[in-house]
Amino acid sequence: MRNVLTIAGREVRSYFASPVAYVLLAVFLALGGYFFYALLTAFSQSLQIYAMMRNPDLLQRFNLNEMVIRPLLQNMSVLLIFLVPAITMRMFPEEKRAGTYELLLTSPVRVSEIVLGKFLGGLVLVLLMVALSGFFGVLLSIYGNPEAPMMLAGYLGLALMAIAFLAIGTLISSFTDNVVIAYVGTLFALLLLYTIGWLGETLSGVAGALVKYASITDHFQELLKGVVDTRELVYFGTLLIVSLFLTQRSVESVRWR
Amino acid sequence: MIEVAHLSKRYGDLIAVNDVSFTAASGQILGFLGPNGAGKTTTMRIITGFMPATAGTVRVEGFDVFEQSAEVRRRIGYLPENPPLYNDMAVVPYLRFAARLKGVGHADLAGAVDRALETCGLTGVSRRLLSHLSKGYRQRVGLAQALIHDPPVLVLDEPTIGLDPRQIIDIRALIKSLGKNRTVVLSTHILPEVQQVCDKVVIINDGRVVVEDQLANLTRERTLEQVFIQSISAEARAAVAAEGEA
Repeated sequence: MRNVLTIAGREVRSYFASPVAYVLLAVFLALGGYFFYALLTAFSQSLQIYAMMRNPDLLQRFNLNEMVIRPLLQNMSVLLIFLVPAITMRMFPEEKRAGTYELLLTSPVRVSEIVLGKFLGGLVLVLLMVALSGFFGVLLSIYGNPEAPMMLAGYLGLALMAIAFLAIGTLISSFTDNVVIAYVGTLFALLLLYTIGWLGETLSGVAGALVKYASITDHFQELLKGVVDTRELVYFGTLLIVSLFLTQRSVESVRWR
Repeated sequence: MIEVAHLSKRYGDLIAVNDVSFTAASGQILGFLGPNGAGKTTTMRIITGFMPATAGTVRVEGFDVFEQSAEVRRRIGYLPENPPLYNDMAVVPYLRFAARLKGVGHADLAGAVDRALETCGLTGVSRRLLSHLSKGYRQRVGLAQALIHDPPVLVLDEPTIGLDPRQIIDIRALIKSLGKNRTVVLSTHILPEVQQVCDKVVIINDGRVVVEDQLANLTRERTLEQVFIQSISAEARAAVAAEGEA
């Protein structure tokens, strides 16, 4: 555990010693803020229009959760597809390039500790991004009346998406010594995972059900609706554990005869 | 103590290390010589547990590198060809990080870092960022990292490369004093360095050991330079002859 924290601590310090962490946080929050502003303006405009039409039935259906929070979180999850690979792309390639990989692998440290340390370091940054974007939710709660449990479930969903993306990025970065390949490879995997549900619509039977289960978006949607089900938690947990386990195997493979 | 027995490493068709055997005893500094591409770095990487051998065994302080890798790594200090430095760190945080990785306890951490700074002459630059250091200082930080946990075995891949003459003298003196109660394997191209520092010499060529002897025995009648050139060209002649027969 001590080794995990040593490695994670170095990772975090390295993110914040360079502009990397600040740029990622700024881009995520700036674009998130822009989405938030756009959605909120659209919401209040349509609210005014429907209020003028004096149609209480339609007004009833207006809902902050559905018209602002849900699309906001969805858009931010798309942002994460592009930003998380920028965090994970350096993890292993940079060590291999700088030769520090030899220091790590010839120290009395287990490979699983190296992998967990690297993952934890990235996790700090990713969770900080999600937590700071919680500001939008806080603003809405102060000036509006959103359903808090549904909003929290949605943010939990965003955090789980970020964690899953991070684990997949960690795995793919362990395959290569090239940051560009690590970035593009992760981007490919994440986009595929995000859109594989589209295929589920056209397939039927077992294949369709499997593809639907594999689709990360379907599980995210459930959480956005406010449903925190073990099905979803098991899905994200499996993705995390399988990715980290495979990373451990991939790093350790250099020691195999 | 390092015992290398029948070590081979193959990359596909290329044989980088071919049936290499030698031993280095405690209190001995072994000079590991050979032309570029002879397999020195590969051998050192196998000894330190960075990569596995295709065949053969290495025992460090009695522990098998493949079977008891963690025990070996705890007892070895390794300076790779390129010092393994994180450019975004300063000298002291880097050495603290290396010390923690190598299992130096919390209570001994400050002492270990101070000792390494002192021995490698880094006290003046302790707060500098590693990316701002000159090549000579980077090399010394790499050496400090290898020494930080006071290991009984040191593996140094070209430790004096890139240093100025004054620094070379310092580092050689340092290695000589370190070798008094440790096992040191030192690879280099600089023959006078071997003569000044080492007790024993192993020369490899094309992945094979061509000379293994005490320095004193080797240099009784010839200079080390003659020994080196002759052993390598004898090897080349033999190879040509073998090819002619085939």
